Amino acid sequence: MSSGAGRFKPGDRVHVRFAEPPGHIRTPYYIRGKTGVVERYYGDFPNPEELAYGKDGLPRRPLYLVGFQQRDVWQDYPAAGDKVYVDLYEHWLEPA
Amino acid sequence: MGPIDRTPHDLSDWEILTDAISTAIGRKGIRTTDEHRRAREDMDPALYPQLSYYERWVVGNEAILCEKGYLTHEEVDRKVAELEARWGEP
Repeated sequence: MSSGAGRFKPGDRVHVRFAEPPGHIRTPYYIRGKTGVVERYYGDFPNPEELAYGKDGLPRRPLYLVGFQQRDVWQDYPAAGDKVYVDLYEHWLEPA
Repeated sequence: MGPIDRTPHDLSDWEILTDAISTAIGRKGIRTTDEHRRAREDMDPALYPQLSYYERWVVGNEAILCEKGYLTHEEVDRKVAELEARWGEP
């Protein structure tokens, strides 16, 4: 499904925007405002935030797998080194 | 919220049917997976925790099918009343 190069590459540190827009949002609330590392670029896909309301979701948006240290996400998380991986669209990410 | 019941359980016929209907309306291009999810998220927050997984799918399917003009809530209510008169309330 890849149709172009995303703005970010594996290994890039990215910050997830903290925002609370109305509507159907695939970016989990717990990961908004957190910083992680791009693991993989999946390709470009129609935007689910628009598909959810019967629109075509175009232009396609780059989608990434981003890894976060659990300790950066949850306060007092016990196990160092544990990670959580989240699929995130580029318009939710900025360089960190 | 309490502990999660992890015991495996069989699906009821209506749950299997709900899954089949949901798949069919997706494959026919009536709605996207994202619309399916959005319809469940739009549910009355007071209702949501009272329903089981597939009950939420039923409510979401009805909302989408009515929103897109395939059904009306009156038609659904009329059919439910008809079935309840015949078979009794669930």
